[in-house]
Amino acid sequence: MRIQAIVVRIIRQFFRDKRTLALMIIAPMFVLFLMDLVFNGETYEPQIAIDSNVPQQLADALQETDAHVTTMTKKKAMDKLDEQQIDAFIEMDKTTLRITLEGSDPSVSKQVLMTVQKAAQTLMPPMKQTLTIDTVYMYGSEHMALFDNFGPVLIGFFIFFFVFLIAGVSFLRERTSGTLERLLATPLKRWEIVIGYVIGFGIFTTIQASLISSFAIYVLDMMMEGSFGYVLLVTFLLAMTALTLGTLLSTFANNELQMIQFIPLVVVPQVFFSGLFNLDTMEPWLRSIGVAMPLYYGADALREIMIRGKGWEAISFDVSVLVGFSLLFMILNVLALKKYRKL
Amino acid sequence: MVIQLQHVYKQFHKKEVIHDVSLTVNKGEIFGMLGPSGAGKTTVVKMIAGIDMATKGEIHVLGARMPNLQTMARIGFMAQSDALYGELTALENLHFFASIYGLKGKKRKERIEEVLELVNLTDDMKKAVHQFSGGMKRRLSLAAALLHEPEVLILDEPTVGIDPLLRQAIWEELERIRQKGTTIVVTTHVMDEAEKCMRLAMIRDGRLIAVGSPDELKKQTGALTIEQAFLHFGGMQS
Repeated sequence: MRIQAIVVRIIRQFFRDKRTLALMIIAPMFVLFLMDLVFNGETYEPQIAIDSNVPQQLADALQETDAHVTTMTKKKAMDKLDEQQIDAFIEMDKTTLRITLEGSDPSVSKQVLMTVQKAAQTLMPPMKQTLTIDTVYMYGSEHMALFDNFGPVLIGFFIFFFVFLIAGVSFLRERTSGTLERLLATPLKRWEIVIGYVIGFGIFTTIQASLISSFAIYVLDMMMEGSFGYVLLVTFLLAMTALTLGTLLSTFANNELQMIQFIPLVVVPQVFFSGLFNLDTMEPWLRSIGVAMPLYYGADALREIMIRGKGWEAISFDVSVLVGFSLLFMILNVLALKKYRKL
Repeated sequence: MVIQLQHVYKQFHKKEVIHDVSLTVNKGEIFGMLGPSGAGKTTVVKMIAGIDMATKGEIHVLGARMPNLQTMARIGFMAQSDALYGELTALENLHFFASIYGLKGKKRKERIEEVLELVNLTDDMKKAVHQFSGGMKRRLSLAAALLHEPEVLILDEPTVGIDPLLRQAIWEELERIRQKGTTIVVTTHVMDEAEKCMRLAMIRDGRLIAVGSPDELKKQTGALTIEQAFLHFGGMQS
């Protein structure tokens, strides 16, 4: 009887908290749905440019193995490679086939090489016997591990995830313990509370970001072509975005558990659009969702710096978007505090 | 007249929780708000403190219409829950609140020492607050509300869950603070505490059912205790 009473009480409690109930069912479905969309994308078709010396027979063979082949000059191809619009450029020099790979994503490089090899098999003798293939990497190398490619994204993700959670929960505690109300009984202005949090956590996250980045780069020996200062700048901004978003969303949570419920809704989807998975195979409408996700910009900038060794020019857009996100969330925070004090 | 409420109404999600409350509190008095829990006492004091805003009607504190940030700097507020940072020590908590009220340097140090002395926590000031007993936390909350020498002190159920001896001590302390010219508003649901107030507002279901000194209220109803007087006024309403 007593056990039954407990069971009934627990079921009742569940139905009182409709949000937790909905989240337990809808969130896993939502994540599975996203994974389905992401992983069931079509197989990647490499974009290959060739110069006019490449035999027509080979070009046709490449086309048949599902590569997009375009003919262009070397100069133009190099520019397009740098902009990541094409994956490889193939030129023919007597009997040598020279492949220049963009190289950032090891799985794409592999795909290109496989396609070319497959196409070369279809060539007629004597060309088949005399043909040699020479591979050049624009960025990265054939020794680049998949982890090198994922690394920058993972650094960004972990910083984002933990700052989001810790900042959210600590702001929530401020509310549930009554200290927020106590603060609002003082002449403290709402924006002062928000700025206080940003600075307080900012100091903490700067330390956190530098430790995680140094660990990844110097201890795990992650590929690092660019400047460490830029890595710190981007991770710091990513942390700021996570902090302001976390405190903002904590306004809509009543306890720690509800704060954790935001993880599958807000944090996990960002992973899918951060470049861990190839976005080119996604439906265009789906790809455009990534534009609204801070991690998308953070990961992009980190990759530019760490893999491609780029500087300010390549990351300035990402940096300004992250600054914009932080400012937007801060303003929304100040407005959300109105819920507790109008003034 | 330090606090004045004129026809104050408050609604939460279309539900009216405060209905037409008008009252005044004079300088240097201990003004009690008596009523059962859920009557709306906390809502009224929060509006006086400037945290909440009246849906209708006006509240003036120290000559300014509330809410007003300048006036809030002259009010001390002690909430029902001990709004303290458990991980910090008593000293660190007071240091934090003193800084928020703009106290600096020597003055800040002096005031912290004074209030710690006042609530008898000097020996425990280096202890983390999460190690404090309930009574110690209440006293520290009171100390935090007194730091900036407020002209108006608002206390929401200051003695709830405190042993009688300590409760006695807190009331004696309030009397001493009052004698320095501070106006004190205190909510309670304990009838014998209400006796200690100079004037009293009886609140029930968000309505003001009576205002006056404890003696006046008893005399008006011919009751021997505040409790009987409350029942009498409450009965007249329903």
